[in-house]
Amino acid sequence: MNVIKSLTQNKVAMVGFSILFIFVVIALIGPYLYDGSPWRMVQRPFLPPFQNSNYLLGTDTLGRDVLAGLIYGARISLLVGFVSTIIALLIGIPLGAYAGYYGGWVDEVLMRFTEIFQTVPSFALAVVLVAIFEPSVYSITGAIAIVSWPPVARLVRGEFLSLRSQEYVLAAKLNGQTNRNIILREILPNSLSPIIVLASLMVASAILLESSLSFLGLGDPAIMSWGYMIGAAKTVIRQAWWLSFIPGVAIAITVLSLNLLGEGLNEALNPKLSGNREN
Amino acid sequence: MSIQTLLYIAGRLVKGGVVLLVIAIFNFFLIRMAPGDPAQVLAGEAGATDEIFLQQLREQFGLDQPLYYQLWIYVSNLMQFDMGITYRQQMPVFDLIMERMPATLLLTGAAFLLSLVLGILAGVVAAAKHRQWLDSVITVAALIFYATPLFWLAMMAALFFSVYLDWLPSFGMQTVGENFTGWQKVKDIGLHLILPAATLGLFFTAVYARMTRTSMIETSRLDFVKTAKAKGMKPSRVTTHHILRNALLPVVTLAGLQAGQLIGGAVLTETVFAWPGIGRLMFEALFQRDYNLLLGVFFISSAMVVLFNLVTDVIYCIVDPRIELSK
Repeated sequence: MNVIKSLTQNKVAMVGFSILFIFVVIALIGPYLYDGSPWRMVQRPFLPPFQNSNYLLGTDTLGRDVLAGLIYGARISLLVGFVSTIIALLIGIPLGAYAGYYGGWVDEVLMRFTEIFQTVPSFALAVVLVAIFEPSVYSITGAIAIVSWPPVARLVRGEFLSLRSQEYVLAAKLNGQTNRNIILREILPNSLSPIIVLASLMVASAILLESSLSFLGLGDPAIMSWGYMIGAAKTVIRQAWWLSFIPGVAIAITVLSLNLLGEGLNEALNPKLSGNREN
Repeated sequence: MSIQTLLYIAGRLVKGGVVLLVIAIFNFFLIRMAPGDPAQVLAGEAGATDEIFLQQLREQFGLDQPLYYQLWIYVSNLMQFDMGITYRQQMPVFDLIMERMPATLLLTGAAFLLSLVLGILAGVVAAAKHRQWLDSVITVAALIFYATPLFWLAMMAALFFSVYLDWLPSFGMQTVGENFTGWQKVKDIGLHLILPAATLGLFFTAVYARMTRTSMIETSRLDFVKTAKAKGMKPSRVTTHHILRNALLPVVTLAGLQAGQLIGGAVLTETVFAWPGIGRLMFEALFQRDYNLLLGVFFISSAMVVLFNLVTDVIYCIVDPRIELSK
């Protein structure tokens, strides 16, 4: 297990991993340990942070507990981030694999299709999709997945294109293995490491996208999210800057931890490539 | 210009046209998926429009005709930039978007240039001081800006530079109530431009700085650089004449491809700073549930990206003839 060893020796990656781990734990069990709904009015509005020990981070414009909002927000951010990335992988990997493996007109058609999605301004497309299908966790996750799969398809295509003429693949063909088997059992496992690196960075950008959507008022109206908290505090930024400041820091730390982890994974999984970068 | 170059440009034009056609068809189906009947969606006002106007729209868009006919009408209208009329503003959607276009072009153009210049500069410095403290500072700063939500950065910049320090305006594009002319007007708009352009540009500065740094370090390990050093060339000249020239191409290529993301970022920055561009128009359309206007902005911003990519491709093709051969 060289990968895990070199990952654990990478300080930056471990910092990222630890922060992310804490956020995941908060998202999973936080709502059970910290009782209090993020929607209920608990105190007077605009209570500043560190004044009332029951509501450590103060209250928002309607007297709702900011800390409770942060805890519930972690849940939705990470959930949307991970699920939309998984869906994007499920779209991008097969498309890229077919394009790269078969080449020719299959490749041509699939890559033209991918190009269209890459040309369209992705954030604008996400906004349009969520608005038309009405904001909900499902439409948000789906919209983010739809705008984030093209890089996966391109990456996987490139990997398959270079691996399909390798000797072990030719050997498998001579062996009489089916194309499906060669794609799934021979080439895919060997192209997994760049996909994993890309996926970790995609979770980060999905979290940024989700927060941007809910900031614009396109969040699920039933779920408290970090972006919504910032959007709701926008008009009172002069009176209560901390209301928009605190959730923004939470987003930045989460995204940063994922980016650090991604860089660490890159170094651990692709030592040749990243050797250039850090040595 | 050779015949190949012309063919290449023609090919790119066709490609751009196909992309727009696909988006137009996509828009057509989205209008039918929006809540409410298509006439009301096209009127841009769910449930509050008068019946005569709706009837007029039904006739104009052939909504009582078969679906393929409706598609034909919608797409051919859109290809002529006819997107109907917004009920609320009583104005053609296309005119409304074009009215807002200059502000967005100014903002995204300024942000693009700023991020390209700053990003390449920071990347070159970081690579030149590889593994020294300045490299670490730039790398860490780039990492942080890369992780910060754009809209949040914009709000914090407004809070600090506008509310706290009171140095720069953070609302709109011109001072309300003042009718500046000439240079005063330019100065006024320029002051209003600083915060939106800087916040929109910072994220991309981080992206370009990281790319330039990696690209510079990778290029500096290539053989021709070793040759240049071996024949006793000054290190600074090796950096500018050998490494930078070759390291820059991938950066500029990617920067061109990311122009589309700049428009997405403009939606957020224009919303925060009340900058009167098409991004802000998109937010207003969302707020008013005017789906036709929303899709119109989406179509025009896609068309802008297609146009921009086309222009960069053509410039490349003229600057570096190797590119067309590789396609």
